[in-house]
Amino acid sequence: MTVLSNISSTRIWDASRQSREQRIAAGSAYARGKQVAPGDATKLLEAVIRPGDRVRLEGDNQKQADFLAARLAEVDPSVVKELHIVQSGVVLAEHLDLFEAGIAKRLDFSYSGPQGAAIARALKAGKIELGAVHTYLELFSRYFVDLTPHVALTVARCADRDGNLYMGPNTEDSPVVIEATAFKQGIVIAQVNELVDKVPRVDVPGDRVDFVVVTPEAFYVEPLFTRDPAQITETQILGAMLAIKGIYAPYGVKRLNHGIGFNTAAIELILPTYAERLGLKGKIATHFALNPHPTLIPAIESGWVEQVHSFGSEVGMDDYMKARPDIFFIGRDGSMASNRMYCQSAGLYATDLFIGSTLQIDLQGNSSTFTRDRIAGFGGAPNMGSDPHGRRHASEAWLKAGREAAGEATSLPRGRKLVVQIVETFGEKLDPTFVESLDSVELAKSLDLALPPVMIYGDDVSHIVTEEGIANLLLCRTAYEREQAIRGVAGYTDVGRARDRKAVEDLRARKVIQRPEDLGIDPLEANRSLLAARSIKELMHWSGNLYDPPAKFRNW
Amino acid sequence: MEILKVHHKTRGPAAGTIGSALVGVVASGNLEVMLERTLADTECTVEIATPVRGYDDVWKAVVTDFVERASPGGLRISINDGGARPDTVMLRLLQGVRTMEAGHD
Repeated sequence: MTVLSNISSTRIWDASRQSREQRIAAGSAYARGKQVAPGDATKLLEAVIRPGDRVRLEGDNQKQADFLAARLAEVDPSVVKELHIVQSGVVLAEHLDLFEAGIAKRLDFSYSGPQGAAIARALKAGKIELGAVHTYLELFSRYFVDLTPHVALTVARCADRDGNLYMGPNTEDSPVVIEATAFKQGIVIAQVNELVDKVPRVDVPGDRVDFVVVTPEAFYVEPLFTRDPAQITETQILGAMLAIKGIYAPYGVKRLNHGIGFNTAAIELILPTYAERLGLKGKIATHFALNPHPTLIPAIESGWVEQVHSFGSEVGMDDYMKARPDIFFIGRDGSMASNRMYCQSAGLYATDLFIGSTLQIDLQGNSSTFTRDRIAGFGGAPNMGSDPHGRRHASEAWLKAGREAAGEATSLPRGRKLVVQIVETFGEKLDPTFVESLDSVELAKSLDLALPPVMIYGDDVSHIVTEEGIANLLLCRTAYEREQAIRGVAGYTDVGRARDRKAVEDLRARKVIQRPEDLGIDPLEANRSLLAARSIKELMHWSGNLYDPPAKFRNW
Repeated sequence: MEILKVHHKTRGPAAGTIGSALVGVVASGNLEVMLERTLADTECTVEIATPVRGYDDVWKAVVTDFVERASPGGLRISINDGGARPDTVMLRLLQGVRTMEAGHD
């Protein structure tokens, strides 16, 4: 007993709070109330951030705390150094500048679209120590366990004097990050477009926000989910027809998530045409966990879609969503509310199908978007593209997939998520999508990564769709069958041409492989006239001109 | 420009009675396919003009599979390629034989 009480009397229990108070005091030198002038933002960051801190810079795949990112890149690297950056998206050039300058050393992240090549170069040059490439839900979860940020730099449309933040449709990752930071004695700094007397809606309560900087320019949002229908090819339309007739229809898939590529945009655009003709309205694709894809507008307008919950927003979609509260989640202020953590959970547990594209698929069905010189990150795909073993509610689609996977062998009914990879057999520059071994395996060796980055593991994949047909991997009973099923839809890639033709024909006879002609799909219909909208302008017209496309997509 | 000629025996004649058809366009990544019903019922020739060298074996594989899938007997097929991927070539060929059937224009 004496020993125990000695220990407790010497232990300090609020070192984190003391540290927080010191940081707040240092930062307050640049603040009036919570407000900090933009010209003092760099000084503020130098005052509150300490060497080795875990810093969460709001880089989602959509909205960017771009002003704070630029100010962080300007700090004195002898004062602020060796930071551990824990953020969803490494998207801006400034995010990489931190590592070049030695301000940051270690990185844990989820997604890096445009900076994929720069990250690969920095890794090879030893400028970045890479922790892991997470799925969003996984990284958010680690904010509450072993990657809790000391400082979170966030972004909102506006704030009031108490620091209440309004984020509008772009709430995205902010609530979860701020909660993890604020309740563990961290510092939260927000950049906002304007200061107002009363925010339209409180997306983050002010008592979780320490400092607010009103920026000279509005924050940047990447229109990541806008796909111009004008660029959709006939091969992609054929793939979309296969997915609808060969998967959505027989399984009765109502609840789903789509990836962001042109293949899934093609599916969205032929729901009101092709799927309508097949009599599938109301029977498939009614409930989505999905960003507000502009290419979903025709399906919404023709009454296909009942409900959409979103991870984030999409540039130009605000007014359209505001006018469709029956479809989207809308706050009392009238604007849409997004939340990446909630929507990722929804996509994991409450959908029956994930369908998305990838850059490479190997002979086991493992996929990756990493190539030798690009660390692309995966975003939400590894999460939604996985069969959640914690699921305990049944649906028709889930049970049917479970029966196919189990074959004759089960006495205990159990379901299975449909995880579909939809690709063209060749990608850009005639790069084959099907490969003997993923580039990311080679990359992991050369960078000494503990875990080769795999977007979706082969054992989670239920179907692969290409222009050559559908491979149903649930029905494969041996590793050899599985490999031949994959080769059997791999077209004229080396992997496809090395198929065992007899084995592939046997699989086709068992409907493990289905060709377009097996499903009664007419190749003549794989035509752009099947698209409900063939341009961005037509999407705008479908929306009753409520959709306001960003300038770079306006070519008229 | 590389010229490649392939000849196949087919299971039977192509469906329909239309004499000739043209599908696709010559554009980058695309191709134009002309089909003419001028040969004997179990003969099919495919003549390919392509700006891309070194893919003879892929062209032959695509045409062999196409003949197997579509049985295009009697057709003389001419391809004017703009550097299309094999999947696009197959799709155009299949669209071509469907167009040769009655009822499509």
